Amino acid sequence: MTLERSTYLTLLLVLGGALALAVLNQATDAGSALHVPTYVIALAGKYLCFAMLALAVDLVWGFAGILSLGHAAFFALGGYAMGMYLMRQIGTRGVYGNAMLPDFMVFLGWHELPWYWHGFEWFGFALLMVVLVPGVLALVFGYLAFRSRVTGVYLSIMTQALTYALLLAFFRNDMGFGGNNGLTDFKDILGFNVQADFTRSALLVVSALFLCGQFLLARFVVQSRFGKVLIAVRDTESRTRFLGYRPESYKLVVWVLSAVMAGIGGALYVPQVGIINPSEFSPANSIEAVIWVAVGGRGTLVGAILGAVLVNFGKTWFTGALPELWLYALGALFIFVTLFLPRGVMGLFARRRKLAPEPEVETPATAAAHEVTG
Amino acid sequence: MHRLIALLLLLVLALPASQARADAVDDAYEALSASALTISPASFESVRQGVEQLAASGDPRAAAVIGALHDGLLYAREDNALFIQQPDGTYVDARTGAPAADVTDDDVHTVRVNNAVRSAIDAALGSLQLFAPDAPTRLQAASAVFTSHDPAALPALDKALVKETDSGVRRRMEQARAAALLSSSDASETDRLAAVATLRARGDIDARGFLGSLSGQPPAVAAAAATAIIAIDRQLELWSLLQSVYYGLSLGSVLLLAAAGLAITFGVMGVINMAHGEMVMIGAYVTFMVQQFMHAYLPGLYPASLLFAVPLAFLVSGAIGVVIERSLIRWLYGRPLETLLATWGLSLVLQQAVRSIFGANNRDVDTPAWMSGATQLGGLTLTWNRMYIILFAIIVLAALMAALRFTSLGLRMRAVTQNRRMAAAMGIRTPWIDALTFGLGSGVAGMAGVALSQIDNVSPNLGQGYIIDSFMVVVFGGVGNLWGTTLGALTLGIVNKFLEPVAGAVLAKIVVLVLLIMFIQRRPRGMFPLKGRAVET
Repeated sequence: MTLERSTYLTLLLVLGGALALAVLNQATDAGSALHVPTYVIALAGKYLCFAMLALAVDLVWGFAGILSLGHAAFFALGGYAMGMYLMRQIGTRGVYGNAMLPDFMVFLGWHELPWYWHGFEWFGFALLMVVLVPGVLALVFGYLAFRSRVTGVYLSIMTQALTYALLLAFFRNDMGFGGNNGLTDFKDILGFNVQADFTRSALLVVSALFLCGQFLLARFVVQSRFGKVLIAVRDTESRTRFLGYRPESYKLVVWVLSAVMAGIGGALYVPQVGIINPSEFSPANSIEAVIWVAVGGRGTLVGAILGAVLVNFGKTWFTGALPELWLYALGALFIFVTLFLPRGVMGLFARRRKLAPEPEVETPATAAAHEVTG
Repeated sequence: MHRLIALLLLLVLALPASQARADAVDDAYEALSASALTISPASFESVRQGVEQLAASGDPRAAAVIGALHDGLLYAREDNALFIQQPDGTYVDARTGAPAADVTDDDVHTVRVNNAVRSAIDAALGSLQLFAPDAPTRLQAASAVFTSHDPAALPALDKALVKETDSGVRRRMEQARAAALLSSSDASETDRLAAVATLRARGDIDARGFLGSLSGQPPAVAAAAATAIIAIDRQLELWSLLQSVYYGLSLGSVLLLAAAGLAITFGVMGVINMAHGEMVMIGAYVTFMVQQFMHAYLPGLYPASLLFAVPLAFLVSGAIGVVIERSLIRWLYGRPLETLLATWGLSLVLQQAVRSIFGANNRDVDTPAWMSGATQLGGLTLTWNRMYIILFAIIVLAALMAALRFTSLGLRMRAVTQNRRMAAAMGIRTPWIDALTFGLGSGVAGMAGVALSQIDNVSPNLGQGYIIDSFMVVVFGGVGNLWGTTLGALTLGIVNKFLEPVAGAVLAKIVVLVLLIMFIQRRPRGMFPLKGRAVET
């Protein structure tokens, strides 16, 4: 497997950047000019987790043509699995000091840990669930959807309904996931204090490692024979079917893989932001993830990472400086990118080098021409 | 001539009866004065009987006299004449209500009461309401007697029944009488069976409760009561079923209103408009502004503000829709996923714009008086605003179908949908039709907003809550089919409302979503898919 320059650059930037930030945070004093404050570390870690989600969305949207409007659901499920582990680590340090039950359960007057909370005191089990829960949900949903050839917009709307149903479900106190408030007030992860600078820096580096791993894996998948068939499915599903492939199987594999990638992103997200609540399931979040990919450049993988970091950096800046303008900016971004930048930021580079597999797109000019002739 | 004779005859017949009644009333008044003059068990007994006699007599002054006795304001003179002390200290004649100027405090003595008299007074006041001049009070009194089912009220009930003219009050009195009868110890078995039948006919939860509490009845009556309970239960179940259907229909028509516009833009044009909910929201804000305007400048027309808001909301939302189509969506035909993203962005901008203009808080939209309240139909409670929304949904749907079917614009719309190139070749300006179709769909959404402003909070997020449901309805019903949309909306509404009592509101919604996802897996093109080759494109 050869790596082209953009891949090298991405790996270098992500890993090098994360390491540099972590070292500058740990090795310098708070007064030093080179010191990186901890909140920057937490923000950078958050961006990298969002980049994993974007990568997952790009894998299915850019290479299999499945526009998922519910990928944040897998992200959130991974996050909840990690959150449950972190809740169990609180032990007797909660407000009510109950060794078995998290605070919200004591508050609700529960006396026993629900069965699905058992096992989450072990880190290994939680990791397994981070992978399994989104994976199994994606497997069941994808199997049913792809088998009955639900495609295009229908599939998008169904994924949105899925995440909406989960949103409503997790809002319920009876579900045993903390209801409205979600899971928060975490203390330790693997014995390290989640609030500590060192833990945060370490989590940032771990996130960078996972992102690079996911990036390489996704790249490997799309460049393999499997990936070529996948692109064929994206471009003309029926023709691929007539050539003797089973598009549903290809789609299912990449769909589950993508869900697991999103789930891992969510699991790394939770200890870094310190809370997970049902709003992570909101359809708006999923659609925002799609726009990250669109901004960066659909079907380029690198673009997904770039888009996630760029848009989220913009969000952080906007919500700090001009909070009431952020939604205008985000909305305008959606419109601008789809109308004028259909191949995203990466499309700007692609003119010089043949870099991206080009999804068939129509610019306003050709669309207008279509309309005149059509 | 005949009439005169009839009148005379009536007078002659009525005379002895009224004469006899007057005697009874005289006795009652005289009995009442007993405890004012001498205090003994016999005198209290006399007063008690007087109260009962007076209450049962139907005398027009009875309520005032017994009321005065209750408040300790009834006085008697040595000659047994009774007077009521007024708030200003003067006296009026108890019998006639005429002022008695010559009576002073020294002439009269308070009519005293003991516990036995007091309970007689309470019972008498209750049944006296049965003779009140206004029907609602009588109805209330009858209901109160039904609840207490005190056999002592039987004579008063019988008297009231003879005089009662209002059929509703009469029915309630008969039910009260039946309940009192079943509670009394000396009623005949035939009467009891008739009473059970009356209560069975009433058939509501109160009648069931009363029949269930009966004890010590003859075997035949007890058996009749048991079968009556079963019959009532079945009836109640039926009513609650119907009530669920009504709620379901009302929810379904709300969904239908929200989805009808989408059925045009998504179903007919194939445009995924994620800003559809915002068109609804804009319609609701138009309603708000119309009400504000009328409140300030045309207060006389204020009750009719909704009637003005409907066409205005259609125009405003429709115009915004045309602008959106011309400026944004026409560049994206044939790229549904990009359309989805761009219109989502648009919805964010519109929401934020409304938030900037009107603020993030809920705005008050009034429900006009003619739309509030409810009516009772058997065991059904039908709220007016829901009724009007169902009606409105039917009108909107019919108008929409008529517009598509019978107008020249509708003809051209259908032509463009079926074969764009052919339509263009026939001289139809397809871009213009696209814009108008989109405007029509958006305008319908705006009208839905007027209806939703009556049952939901008018806030910038109003549309968000309906967008997923609306898409579900359209997809469930089958794209491009208004009948399918209608059936889809009603089915979803009713299923939702039937699940709610079992599972709770939120869980019901989740279950419906999951069921829908399963359904779409089985029938990816909805209940009524478009047939033919168009499906593949």
